[in-house]
Amino acid sequence: MIAVRNLVKTFGELTAVNGISFEVQRGEIFAFLGPNGAGKTTTIKMLTTLLRPTSGSVELDGLDPVTDQHEARKRFGIVFQDPSLDDELTAWENMDFHGVLYKVPRKLRHERTETLLKLFELWDRRDDPAKQFSGGMRRRLEIARSLLHTPKIIFLDEPTLGLDPQTRNQLWTLVKQLNEEEQVTVFLTTHYMEEAERVARRIAIIDHGAIVAQGSPGELMKQTGAETLEQAFLALTGSSIRDEDASSMDQMRKMARAFRGGGRRS
Amino acid sequence: MSAIYILWVRQLKRYLRARSRIVASLGQPLLFLLGLGFGFGPIFQRAGQGNYIQFLAPGVIAMTILFTSVFAGIELIWDRQFGFLKETLVAPVPRILIMIGRTLGGATVAMIQGLIVVAICMAAGFRVHTVGGLPLAFVFMALTALLFTALGTALASLLEDFQGFQLIMNFLVMPIFFLSGALFPLTNVPTALNAIARLDPLSYGVDGLRTALSGVAHFGAATDLAVLCAATAAALAVGSYLFSRIQL
Repeated sequence: MIAVRNLVKTFGELTAVNGISFEVQRGEIFAFLGPNGAGKTTTIKMLTTLLRPTSGSVELDGLDPVTDQHEARKRFGIVFQDPSLDDELTAWENMDFHGVLYKVPRKLRHERTETLLKLFELWDRRDDPAKQFSGGMRRRLEIARSLLHTPKIIFLDEPTLGLDPQTRNQLWTLVKQLNEEEQVTVFLTTHYMEEAERVARRIAIIDHGAIVAQGSPGELMKQTGAETLEQAFLALTGSSIRDEDASSMDQMRKMARAFRGGGRRS
Repeated sequence: MSAIYILWVRQLKRYLRARSRIVASLGQPLLFLLGLGFGFGPIFQRAGQGNYIQFLAPGVIAMTILFTSVFAGIELIWDRQFGFLKETLVAPVPRILIMIGRTLGGATVAMIQGLIVVAICMAAGFRVHTVGGLPLAFVFMALTALLFTALGTALASLLEDFQGFQLIMNFLVMPIFFLSGALFPLTNVPTALNAIARLDPLSYGVDGLRTALSGVAHFGAATDLAVLCAATAAALAVGSYLFSRIQL
């Protein structure tokens, strides 16, 4: 479903992603883990047409997101790391807006909105503006929205960040359920190792822009002789603390400023 | 097409839900109309220029459209900061359609505000010169709204946060307004001011509106229409280009 070969992304001198390769099978839940600044978000951006790879290739359901941007975009749904709802619009309107942008026919759009909002326990709140929602409700709405156009793949970039354990638990239960019922392939990133261990069939660990290990949670633990995925993760990526330098967008800006010769704020 | 429509609807919904913003944004034109209009009215009259409200009202309408539409364009920064922009930019929709939908939405909001101010002006004693001028006035309002929404979008595409907003207001939008002849006749002004006013696209919007509504022309409706069309086309082109280059 996803095939990545020798993918590279550089921002000037900085190599954010350094020749990674992996494959995600149809219908599987694949976790992409790594410390802050390891290259996770940059990779997701390249997979989702938001960033052009410097070299290497990406295949999404047989399509190249660089040359076939539009078709590729119809095939996936994405939940970004940062919020992306319109707070002034209601839950229903946020869904409807998405459905129209993705050209989901009206009848199907309404049916699917109802199904998804009910599944994510937001149906009773459908006419309330998103700004009245809690963090967990917003996340649920974003995931529901990303599924509205029945994508074949959904990308979840740290979807449980900042949520309480109950909400996280509920979210992953729903994601697993959808994965089984709709056979949607799930590509996720998270910092909570126990979540990855619980939901993911296979895991790739990225560090400093390169993949350092790949396999099922069991294989990774065996490979490192660790008892939990968290220990395996630390064994593979070291335990020094990374301060995320900045998002790739910030890095691009930094580069752009450097090119322009100083420019505005430092 | 449906993408343009839904983006347009979204702008309208956001506008209609921000009631306090609607009221707040009407305070300024009201103040200009009452404070300036009635304050300078007697002097204007004594200088032999006739009724100042008749002269000022089109200027105040144009001002409302200017401020509302630039602001609507700049709202893009909000969308970027609150993340909603990503949702639209990752959808299978050409960016140009997103730009068009946003711009039409912003321009429609500015038109509505403009029409409310027309009503306020009427209430303050402004009288339309001939009813036949209304369709033409509508055209000038629409062009002005499109022009400045596109300009706002272009500027917002270049800005990353709100820091530059005040700069734009003080060094671009306010001069565009004050130097446009919205408040004073451009006849007999110093040469330098006249030259600047000629470069200011709002001058043509104000003059067009004044021609249509009050029957007083400076450049003439044909010139106004030609210049505004050209400026609007240019702003849309630049806005679309800059919008297409936004990186997430």
